[in-house]
This record gives sequence, C-alpha cells and structure tokens, in this order.
Amino acid sequence: MKKALLSVLMGSAMAVGATAAGAATLDDVKAKGAVQCGVSQGLPGFSNPDDQGNWTGLDVDFCYAVSAAIFGDASGAKFSPLSAKERFTALQSGEIDVLPRNTTWTMTRDTALGLNFAGVNYYDGQGFMIRKSLGVSSALELSGASVCTNTGTTTELNVTDYFRSNNMELELVQFEKADEVVQAYDSGRCDVYTTDASGLYAQRLKLTNAADHVVLPEIISKEPLGPVVRQGDDQWFNINKWVLFAMINAEELGVSQANVDEMKESSNPAIRRLLGVEGSFGENLGLGNDWAYNVIKAVGNYGESFDKNVGPDTPLGIARGVNALWSKGGLMYAPPIR
Amino acid sequence: MAANSHQAGDGSSAKGSIFNDPKVRGYIYQIVLVGGLVYLVWNIVQNTAHNLEKQNIASGFGFLDNTAGFLPNQSLIDLSATSTYAEALLAGLLNTLLIAVIGIFFATIVGFVMGIARLSNNWVISKMATVYIEIVRNIPLLLQLFFWYFAVLRTVPHPKQSLDFGGGFFLNNRGFFMPKPEFGEGSALILYALIAAVLGVIIMYRWAKKRQMATGQRFPVFLTGLGMLIGLPLVAYFVAGMPITYDLPALKGFNFAGGMKVIPEFVGLLLALTIYTGAFIAEIVRAGILAVSHGQTEASYALGVKPSHTLRLIIIPQAMRVIIPPLTSQYLNLTKNSSLAVAIAYPDIVSVGGTVLNQTGQAIEIIGIWMLVYLSLSLITSMIMNWYNRSIALVER
Repeated sequence: MKKALLSVLMGSAMAVGATAAGAATLDDVKAKGAVQCGVSQGLPGFSNPDDQGNWTGLDVDFCYAVSAAIFGDASGAKFSPLSAKERFTALQSGEIDVLPRNTTWTMTRDTALGLNFAGVNYYDGQGFMIRKSLGVSSALELSGASVCTNTGTTTELNVTDYFRSNNMELELVQFEKADEVVQAYDSGRCDVYTTDASGLYAQRLKLTNAADHVVLPEIISKEPLGPVVRQGDDQWFNINKWVLFAMINAEELGVSQANVDEMKESSNPAIRRLLGVEGSFGENLGLGNDWAYNVIKAVGNYGESFDKNVGPDTPLGIARGVNALWSKGGLMYAPPIR
Repeated sequence: MAANSHQAGDGSSAKGSIFNDPKVRGYIYQIVLVGGLVYLVWNIVQNTAHNLEKQNIASGFGFLDNTAGFLPNQSLIDLSATSTYAEALLAGLLNTLLIAVIGIFFATIVGFVMGIARLSNNWVISKMATVYIEIVRNIPLLLQLFFWYFAVLRTVPHPKQSLDFGGGFFLNNRGFFMPKPEFGEGSALILYALIAAVLGVIIMYRWAKKRQMATGQRFPVFLTGLGMLIGLPLVAYFVAGMPITYDLPALKGFNFAGGMKVIPEFVGLLLALTIYTGAFIAEIVRAGILAVSHGQTEASYALGVKPSHTLRLIIIPQAMRVIIPPLTSQYLNLTKNSSLAVAIAYPDIVSVGGTVLNQTGQAIEIIGIWMLVYLSLSLITSMIMNWYNRSIALVER
C-alpha cells in the first residue's frame, strides 16, 4: 500500500515536471504532422465552420498558409475553437501552436503574457451597433444605455474608457460567449452591442432581422488583429511572421493563386525571390525554398483571402479601407524578401 | 504470553518491534502521507514558477492594486472608475454570496413545500409535485438557466413601455425598479427600535415556552412578535419625525435612472437555482419524512393531535435528523452552481474573475482565488450546518 502511494506521488510529480512547453515548435509540428491553430468559436468571415464542418475565414486561411509553408499543402491545419478567456492559456501551455483568433495586439499581451504578435492580418476598431428604431445617429448619444459585450476582451475596457471620458452613464452586460451576446441583444436586454467593427458586421448576420440594425460611425479604438505565438522560439515566430508577409508581398507583386505557376518564370527578381527561384530564403526559415509558393498555391495572396472571406462580395460586405495595401492608401505593408 | 502480546498492542510495552504497534504505524503512515503531499505541492509550485519564468509570464498578486477599468453591472459596494481589480473581485464575491444566501433561502422553502406536497393525500397536489420534481431534476441546470433568463427577458417589455405598478415600482427588460429609501437624520432611532423589537421577541419566545412547560397555556408568539417587529420601528419612525425619504426611479433617455433595481440576470439565476435545487431538496425532505416510522403519526392521531401539528411538531423534527446532512450537500451545490452565472452575464466572482484574468493574464492567481473562495464558502456552509445538526441530534439519556 505504501508502495502504491509512493508510485502515485512520484507519477504525479513527474507528470507535473513534464508539462513545460518545448521551445522548438517547428520540430513538434513536423513530428505531429499538423499545426494546431486556436480560432474563435464561430465568427463569420474570420473563423467559422461551414455546413460540412470545414473551417473558413481570414484567420483560418492564415492557418492553412502556415500549414502549406511547412508541409506543402493546407491539409496540416488543425483547429481548436477557443473562447476569448481561454485563448492565451491555451497558447502558453502549448495546447496550440499559433493563435490566429481576431486577437488585438496590446502591450500587456506582447510583454507580460509571454507572447509575440507575428503581425497584423486585419486592422480593426471597436464600434457600436444599435436598433435603427431608437433613432440614434452618434455614439455620443448613448448615455444611460445598456451595452452588451463579451467578457475577457479589450472591448470592455475601451467602452468603459469611452463612456467615462465623455461623461456618459454606462450599464455593461458581459456574457461569456458571442452567441449569448447576440441572443441578449436580439431579445432587447441591451440597447447597444459593442465589439470590433468586423465582429459587428459578422454577428449582425445572426440577428432575426439584420436590416433593422445599424453600426454607428464612431470607431473608438485601434484594434490591430493578428496571429500570436509564444515568446522564446524565434524560428517559429519568424515562420509565422513571414507567412503573413509573403501573402501581403504576393498581393503587391501581383502573384495570385491562379497565376503563381506562370509567375515562377517571371523575370522580376522580387517575384523570383518570393517564389524560391532565387536565393535560399525558405531554408533560412528552416523550411523548403518553395514555402511561399506553397502558401500562395494553397490559399492565395492576402487580397484574395480578404475578398473571399470578408470583402464586398461576401455577406459581410466589408470594404478594404485601411486594410488595403500601403500602395493603395491602406496600412498593409510587408518588409521585402531579400 | 497472551498478556504480553495484548500489552504490545496497547503500545505500553517495549517488547517486539515498535513498527508492530498500530498506533506508531498509524503515525508513520500519516507522516509519510503529509510529507509526500508537501513534496508534491512544493514540486508543483517550483515547476510552475520555473515554467512561468521561462516563458516570460509575469506572476504574483501585484496586479490586484491596478485600476480595473470596467464595472460589474451589479455591485453591493461603491465602485468608481478608478476602482482596483481587488475591489472588482470583492464586488463579484459579494454578488456570489448574495445569490447563494437568497437562493438557499428560497430553495429551502420550495423544497420543503414540494417534498411535503409529494406525500400529500390529495391526488392532484401530490402528482403536481411529482411532475415538477421529475422534470426539473432531469434537465441540466445550464439549460434551465438559459430558459429562465431568456424567458424572463422576452416576456417583459422595453423600458419605454414599462409595466407601472404605481408608487415608483416599474418592470422592464432592464430590471425591476423600485424606490430607494434615503435615511435622513434621526434614522438611527428606527434601527435601535428594530434591535429592541428583535430582543423583545427572543425574550417573549423564551418566556412563552417556559410558561407553556409550566402551565400548559399557549401564548400567540407569532402574532405578538410580528406586531412588535413592525410596531416598534413604526413608532420610532414617527417619533423621529419621518426621516426616511424616497428616491424614485424615472425614465431618462434609454432607461430608468435613480431608485433601486434588480437586474434580470439576478432574477434569471435565482429562479433557475431555486427551482433546480428545490427539486432535489424536495426529494430529501420526502425521504426524511418517510424515514420517520408511521407509528409516530398514528400515535399522534390517537392522542387527538391535529394533522398539521403532527407534521410540524412530531414528524418534521424527527425527519430533520435525516434531512440535514444531504441538505448540506444541496446548499453547497447551489453555491457552487451559482458560478454558471457567467453564461447569463450575472457578475459573480467567476464572471468578474474571468474578466480580470483576461485583462491581466494572471491565470494561476485568479484560479487560485476562485478555488480559495469556493473552498471557504463550502467549509463555512458545512460548519454552520454541522453545528445545527449537532444541536438537533437525538440526545440519548
């Protein structure tokens, strides 16, 4: 009996000792044969399972791209739906390898949480949605309103700050899941629904009568959303960073999913470096030289992914706006591959 | 020889190995177990600290003094824009306590009424209780929570079409609004009168019991007590010159301002917890009553005691001994189940803690606080219930 007790104790002690997340994420991913991505529990346009259970969206595309860069095709992408509250712990503990989950890049998260942001794949800002019938045209008229939002996000801080700085009364009603927020807003518990503007457009599709609701013009915060990795693994950080940059560079250079094979023959040195015809940029990342070619072949360039998931022709109908390339008046700017 | 071995068993003789002494062996096992546990905990703490450091994750409780930047929509303490995380968590803890205490109170009433009703001789009453108990016990609490919350919400109107009950009482989907008393100068006198009335009721109760023991005469304790509890503060109110004024809620912009309000999240959670736990308590009460021998009822009837008195004075007191221990478990369950509040936006300790967790990223510290809170609440509840259990236990003479 004493022996059994001891072995249990030893076992638990060893199990605790073995949980430290390993540093060489790329090796782990290759050994698993899959990259585990933390995504939202269902946000149309960003990460949402379709009726066949396949994940689609801008964030999901990033995961497919990382898989393509490592394995040559998108099939190595696996998804873990996470709530806002769970996401960082899942990443810190090694449960997921990368977190492309409409997550705002803030200083605390970048420093005190042991995380690194690999870049921005969507420049967003927090907005307000309200019933048209209430006749409100500006967020400054919202004093005394009930505001529904999710727990565990930057939105509750922004909205509290905004109401406080404009001397307005606020009743904040915070739910665990986005679906519950939508339901509460729809049933009239709240006058206002606040979250990132992209999220408002996405969630509006779930309301009983989407046309009755309007997103107010005020954007009260900067919400740069992007994929996150753990600190302390520079190689993995570089891979994620450059997969995103490769997609943005590809759009700028006019390389798309359709023409990527012809583009290999291009005489433009920037395109040749991107597609691995010249130089050994992929090897420097610890990947094959055709890493970016595979990314574009599998998911296309950034613009294609944007148009397919959230662009004007999708149900969300979001204009490129600040998410256009820098050369077209937007903020999307990727360092050159050289 | 036989005497010797018996002595060794007592541990008073040095004969034979000391390890054969069950008492000593017991101590050794316990020391080994405690040592093992201490080692395990130490190991976990060391490993955690090491891993956190390796991943550059900040730790410690320093974050509690930082400004929270968000306000729970129900708070028993005054929170301002500059309140700290510690204050926000305290507000969450008080909200948990509030729902637990009120929930336990109502669940006990529902449970006793339904438990007794299920044993009723009236076919309709007993079948109704059976249907309630069987349905409610077999549906997960979370579903019931959503049902009540969204049912409560959907049936009540928007603020602009509020139901007006007159006298400053309004109901709409933002909550139940009522006048808020504001205590002016001289209000202390009313409080003193109330304390005096409570003391008076206790003294009267003791006196009445003593008199009944001695003479057999009964005294209307309940009515007299009620009269004292209402009458004395009322007299004090007029003597002090009517110092209480009321802040009436009024429609302003989107919603009512002023007054007091009960948020719908609280109502939804309270309904779900009360009805759910009440069903379990009803079964415990039924089991407790059935555990009392039917001969007790027959003997009581044979003595000409009224059925209601038989139940109240003979059956229930004996059943309580069977009821209390499982009832304690239900109280603990109710308290712990209140953490489902997070699903319907009631700002309890889990909901507020979750927000703090995400804003600061201090997962281990917050989970530690949650564990400490629920452990303490459970231990305190058990302690009170065990004390009560001992006080009503059968005293053998």
